[in-house]
Amino acid sequence: MRRLPFVTAAVLFALAAGPAHAEAPGSILNASYDVARELFVAVNEAYGAKYNKETGKTLEIKQSHAGSSKQARSILEGLEADVVTFNQATDIQVLADKGFVAADWTAKFPDNASPFYSLPVFLVRAGNPKGIKDWNDLVRDDVKLVFPNPKTSGNARYTYLAATAYAKEAFGGDEAKANDFVKKFLSNVAVFDTGGRAATTTFVERELGDVLITFETETLGIRKEFGADKFDIVVPSVSLLADFPVAVVDKVADKRGSKEIATDYLNFLYSPEGQTILAEFGNRVRDKAVAEKFAASFQPVRLVTVEEEFGGWPAVNKKYFGSDGLLDQQLAGQ
Amino acid sequence: MSAAGLPRGASSGWSRHVLLGSVLLVTAIVIGAPVLAVFVQALSQGLGYALASLAHPDTRAAILLSVTVALVVVPINTLFGIAAAWSIAKFRFPGRKLLLAIVELPFSVSPIVAGISYLFVYGGQGLFGPFLEAHDLKIMFALPGIILATTFVTAPFVARELLPLMQLQGNSDEEVAATLGANGWQTFFRVTLPNIRWGLLYGVVLCNARVLGEFGAVSIVSGNIRGETNTLPLHVELLYHDYNAAGAFAAAAVLTVVALVTLLVKTLLERVSGQAGARRGH
Repeated sequence: MRRLPFVTAAVLFALAAGPAHAEAPGSILNASYDVARELFVAVNEAYGAKYNKETGKTLEIKQSHAGSSKQARSILEGLEADVVTFNQATDIQVLADKGFVAADWTAKFPDNASPFYSLPVFLVRAGNPKGIKDWNDLVRDDVKLVFPNPKTSGNARYTYLAATAYAKEAFGGDEAKANDFVKKFLSNVAVFDTGGRAATTTFVERELGDVLITFETETLGIRKEFGADKFDIVVPSVSLLADFPVAVVDKVADKRGSKEIATDYLNFLYSPEGQTILAEFGNRVRDKAVAEKFAASFQPVRLVTVEEEFGGWPAVNKKYFGSDGLLDQQLAGQ
Repeated sequence: MSAAGLPRGASSGWSRHVLLGSVLLVTAIVIGAPVLAVFVQALSQGLGYALASLAHPDTRAAILLSVTVALVVVPINTLFGIAAAWSIAKFRFPGRKLLLAIVELPFSVSPIVAGISYLFVYGGQGLFGPFLEAHDLKIMFALPGIILATTFVTAPFVARELLPLMQLQGNSDEEVAATLGANGWQTFFRVTLPNIRWGLLYGVVLCNARVLGEFGAVSIVSGNIRGETNTLPLHVELLYHDYNAAGAFAAAAVLTVVALVTLLVKTLLERVSGQAGARRGH
């Protein structure tokens, strides 16, 4: 009798494995980062319509959203995503290192395989009561900050590095002074949430803190959702370019015969129609004409990149985010 | 227990009221208010909105998936529970204590640990990963994985209900049946099963409630594919983070209603089995 459940389970696997295999590329799965849910609902609808017009067939685009590191981990463990659209190049690199994604994935699509980008900006309460203008206002004693923990959130890593880049410039490369600045910046944090959406909830719904630092696209989304009269967006003098990279998961796409559709789907993000949708959701885009059209939504800002300013992600992870890296030391001193 | 049996001080009106009052207060704050809030939030944008969000294809798919999982897992764990309780209660064999401990293990293991350990065994980088991939068997991030993880977490419910019952009843009824010439199956269906039926139903109801509510283990092995591998509890979280609180609470209300029905059935079963037990005793 005790064997029965296992026999039943084995039969079930066989049954369930059937349809999963027979599934022709009438569908693809896009594994994406956490806060891109609404965006890809819109993108998928537009691409589905285009695909239907061109081929006469229908394509179902399934969505899976979670922290992009969790998604990468799930794909390594067998989540059959045909494409990934992440907010961290490092998470696609993990897939490339294990052979799931082409080693030269950044060269497979234009602009470093990043059809759109964003940057950390400040969201303050209506009327900007604390008069926040730039990074140096965030180290004042009367200002409390909300952004997620850089240990767990890619979003917060950009925030941390943007503040560091500002400090490096402001103190003319004086490392000790820059270090003190970042230390004070971290000590002003009221709540360290684990992810970007949770930080939004803390700032918007629990009403904690004076400044939320998150991606510009999220701040525009918040204003759309909760009312433009409730919050103001402050774009600092300098910020960090956050690439949102994409890739075809070759290992899955080759097996499912979906490579062509997957590639076409990602190319759609670069088309004027795709870029328009991305811009409508508050992302800065590459297409000049589309960027021009949405120029009013995006304030001018000087952007530095992780490559130029910090020598790339591997160096950053080692120096700042590794165990006993600079971040740990700055947090420990509090 | 009567008040006469307690020390004088404890039974004085004053302290009894304080005790009773604080228990009621804590119950209201900790249990009552949140349950009420689920329904208030669910209806915050009107009944029409709540029903419309339940009719959304992704929510419908989540409900259907949860029901499918329950339809598979509850029978498996019912059979397993009867078999395990039967062998532990009615027989003496080496490893009996060990079997008992293993059956109860899922109660003490955090569901998230259960989920991750399934990944280590059946995931792409796991023990059987290469084998499963070579044979194109998909377990993780699909229905089989969700069923497996849920089965693990809810395995002890039926067994745990039946064990004390079977131990209490002992072997005498079965021995009588055997002397009268009944074979094993006859003994089981005509003697053992009627004796344990209320306890069995009770276990099945509890198991079912937990299957529908399981979150932690499933969240690891699900892959969060909307409309495909999102169970109802996962879908509640997803909707909540989509700024769709009313939709999330409408889905949560479905789970809460299931829980309340479970509670009702459980109370009825307790009453019925109490009467059955009393009759047996006389």
